[in-house]
Amino acid sequence: MKLMESFRIAIKALNANKVRSALTMLGVIIGVAAVILLVSIGTGVQSQVTGQISGLGSNLLFAFPGSFEGGGGGGPGGGITKQFNTDDAEYVQRRIGTQGTVIPTLQAPVQLRVGNRTKGTTLGGTDQNGDASAGSLQSGRWLTRGEVVGASRVAVIGSDVRDEFYPGQQPIGRELDINGQPFKIVGMLTKKGGSLGGSQDNTVYIPITTAQTMLSTRDISAMLIEVADIDNIEAVKAQVERALQPRFGDQFTVFTQEQTLGILSTLLGTLTAMLAGLASISLLVGGIGIMNIMLVSVSERTREIGIRKAVGARTYDILSQFVIEAVMLSVIGGLMGILLGAGGALAIQPWVPAEVTPWAVVLAFVFSAVVGVFFGVYPAYRASRLDPIEALRYE
Amino acid sequence: MTKSYILDEIEVNALRGVDLQVCRGEMLAIMGPSGSGKSTLMHIVGLLDHPTNGTVTIDGVDVSNMDANQLAAVRNKRIGFVFQSFNLLSRTTAQSNVELPLIYSGVSGSERTRRAREALERVGLGDRLGHMPNQLSGGQQQRVAIARALVTEPSIVLADEPTGNLDSRSGVEVMAMLQELNAQGITVVVVTHDAHIARHAQRVAHVQDGRIVLNECVTDRIMADIEKITLDAEADTATAASNVSVNRETPR
Repeated sequence: MKLMESFRIAIKALNANKVRSALTMLGVIIGVAAVILLVSIGTGVQSQVTGQISGLGSNLLFAFPGSFEGGGGGGPGGGITKQFNTDDAEYVQRRIGTQGTVIPTLQAPVQLRVGNRTKGTTLGGTDQNGDASAGSLQSGRWLTRGEVVGASRVAVIGSDVRDEFYPGQQPIGRELDINGQPFKIVGMLTKKGGSLGGSQDNTVYIPITTAQTMLSTRDISAMLIEVADIDNIEAVKAQVERALQPRFGDQFTVFTQEQTLGILSTLLGTLTAMLAGLASISLLVGGIGIMNIMLVSVSERTREIGIRKAVGARTYDILSQFVIEAVMLSVIGGLMGILLGAGGALAIQPWVPAEVTPWAVVLAFVFSAVVGVFFGVYPAYRASRLDPIEALRYE
Repeated sequence: MTKSYILDEIEVNALRGVDLQVCRGEMLAIMGPSGSGKSTLMHIVGLLDHPTNGTVTIDGVDVSNMDANQLAAVRNKRIGFVFQSFNLLSRTTAQSNVELPLIYSGVSGSERTRRAREALERVGLGDRLGHMPNQLSGGQQQRVAIARALVTEPSIVLADEPTGNLDSRSGVEVMAMLQELNAQGITVVVVTHDAHIARHAQRVAHVQDGRIVLNECVTDRIMADIEKITLDAEADTATAASNVSVNRETPR
């Protein structure tokens, strides 16, 4: 029997039970849509985060307290025994000399207030060179050396802060309360766009000296080292490590931009794979639904199978008829799932970074077809092995 | 065509040693009470079942050792089945039901359509091609089944209690059709428990307790006559018509 005939018979059989076929397909539709949607979100977040980091410039070194690979910690900050402070930053600066600029940074959550409006944000204490990592200015100016030395109450704000307190207005020269203390806004950064973990634009930068005074500490969260000559970056990294070693042993980490990117993409890639794995479980459940319905269908159509065998259907004919039926359920479901998943990913793009990747579409489709074959073969095998005499006698 | 069966089955209610030869062009009835083994015999003749011991030969070819797929191919080409309960595919048109065996013999679409239509015309259902089985009477359904049996131009038609589910008039129609096929050279084997039906054949093999106890020629063969039935029916109509005319005349 030709394959075309098997397809025709399968379409007829699926048509005969429209509601049942549609509900069975729904399992696959949801599974495939979930795989595509979650992988799209994972990929979207991954490319956004890595894009933001690589946008910072590849001549930056990051030094964090704590051992990244060390046991007990889940990343930078895990298992920190000793924080960096201003002296460490100055010491590193002396050691590398003119090969690079050390930018101490101190991050903390703070409360902003203008009039009676308030907003929670991330404070970044930094110095006159901190604009290397903060991004470009839309208006105003960056912090000056004088303001850093004098611990002035001046702030450079992200665009979200402006939108909250001075929507549509020029914020330069206006006042802003940070944790109850008045600051003067001297600059505003260009909008960068959001990521899943919160807006990149909800920030406020002030001189690190001012931040340390406000938080009553001499510690800093991390050092950024802007390397003068990018070809020299590995050598500078080694020098920084040698400078920090006597004080911190192995309880610190120095990353180049590339390493940070690599680690983050690995992390986010794992996350994406996990999401895909979870979504695949629903596809598996959809496959079990197909098997269930096919078994019901086989026993319902025992007599039909008997008739077909009596008039000359071979084992293979019956097998292929039912396998094709199952595969059609899963493949049509898969195609609809792709449309739904890709459509959903496009629909949520304004709020969540989502990228429909061809490999996710292909994977979901192939997986759904495989599910159809896998879960269709057993019922089809049972059908093909039916004894025609028994099958004809079946009521 | 010659067929010989030598069967040995130890189990109860099965065949205990049957040697039966069906000649080409013959019309044979296999008769026996229920449980006599006649159904088993028919299944083996129809290549739906294997004998436990012994051989089955069709056209001089031993088919006893063929596998399920080879048997399916032989059934497809050489054997047409007519069942008591018609066994048509439901929600499938008469045309498609008749096409079914041709699908499995790889006949192309247009050729299938043509041959199925011819077969249905041959059983007098040329105007019912698109009807579903549940839109047809029992007799018509059995005629669709006969068309399905014919469409592959088999050498043998096996009918298992073909009139069992039919009223007597449809039963006569079906038997007439089987006799006509036989007259055209097709070997016909009818399995029945009904002596009257069996007398439509040329020869009757009586099966009892798994053995053929009597293999006799039919001396007083019944020729099913549709014409006679049709005439009877027309006579009925005529009577009814004359009654009407009498009624019409009454007011005068």
